[in-house]
Amino acid sequence: MKRLILASLMTLTVAFTATKDAQAADYVIDTNGAHASILFRVSHLGYSWLHGSFNDFSGTFSYDADNPKASKVSVTIDVTSVDTNHAERDKHLKGGDFFDVSKYPEATFVSTGLSMNADGTAQLNGDFTLRGVTKPIAIDVTKIGEGKDPWGGYRAGFRGTTKITMADYGMTFNLGPSATQAELTLNVEGVRQ
Amino acid sequence: MPRDTAPRTEHAAPRAPKHGLRNSDTRWGLIAVTLHWGVALAVFALFALGLWMTSLGYYDPWYKKGPDIHRAVGVLVFLTMVLRLAWRAGDRAPTPIASHKPWERKAAHIAHGLLYFGLFSVMISGYLISTADGRGVSVFGWFDVPPTLTAIPKQEDIAGAMHLWLAVAVIAVALAHGLAALKHHFIDKDDTLKRMLARTSSNS
Repeated sequence: MKRLILASLMTLTVAFTATKDAQAADYVIDTNGAHASILFRVSHLGYSWLHGSFNDFSGTFSYDADNPKASKVSVTIDVTSVDTNHAERDKHLKGGDFFDVSKYPEATFVSTGLSMNADGTAQLNGDFTLRGVTKPIAIDVTKIGEGKDPWGGYRAGFRGTTKITMADYGMTFNLGPSATQAELTLNVEGVRQ
Repeated sequence: MPRDTAPRTEHAAPRAPKHGLRNSDTRWGLIAVTLHWGVALAVFALFALGLWMTSLGYYDPWYKKGPDIHRAVGVLVFLTMVLRLAWRAGDRAPTPIASHKPWERKAAHIAHGLLYFGLFSVMISGYLISTADGRGVSVFGWFDVPPTLTAIPKQEDIAGAMHLWLAVAVIAVALAHGLAALKHHFIDKDDTLKRMLARTSSNS
């Protein structure tokens, strides 16, 4: 909760100083309604896709349709909520061979900048910290839509994809040559504050 | 003619056959002996298998085989231990050895209690790892043990930590238990170990 407030305050502060446009708005990612998800897939032996998710996370973003380059995003993931629908596998993932959650229970993403592509999609750059290692990553973002909801709120939603090389974050357990990367899909809907 | 005047042994005559299945006053019967050594062997083997199998790489053929055997034998040991408790309750234990000091008897009772409690805790916690997601445990494909408790948050992690540390504790107590038996056998030179080998001084 504290982290959420801190992140929101930081986002608010940066948003006000970074943009002159008064329509910049701050959003809280709607985890209460579970209209957001962090999914991943990893190749299994080169024979199929193994899907999983992180069920618990929180985040905020500030976004202005007139000035998207000023967008900020901050997400904190509870790595212990990893879920691949298999208890023994989840236990292994949380252990020392993979996420080592007893030492690194959280992963974070803090954006550093956003650039628009010609086709209206965007590239969101930021620092991703996983297993105690921080690396710059780029997320390909598409806006799905925004507008009023039927219950008095205003929402904006995005979909982002990126690939993570597991060895970059200290995860070197050999899952075979086809499984060196995890493909992440981030579905995010924020409620405007 | 005078009646038999052969010298009697110091031990009371056993009230059951010398090589019986059931316990007598002076030794454990073959059922108890088999259960004891059978479980001991299985427990040490499972401990070694457990440590080894979790060190394997994903491409090792035993990566799947090891845990499959470990789970299946674990379930069978659980059933054996239930049988053993029933047998223990249904049959008498041999009379405590007279030369055992009070602290030795107390220590033995505590150690045996720890072993029973520890073993059941290890097996139940292991079961709670594998069934945390609602899956059953397959025993060599013969039958499945269904899940029961699945609602504990991070169940597989908590059960996993308990399973490992309880197993280490059980092995430590078992080694102490074994060393104590050897002490009784070689230093005190009493019947403690012989009894669990279905022998006593009168017939060893």
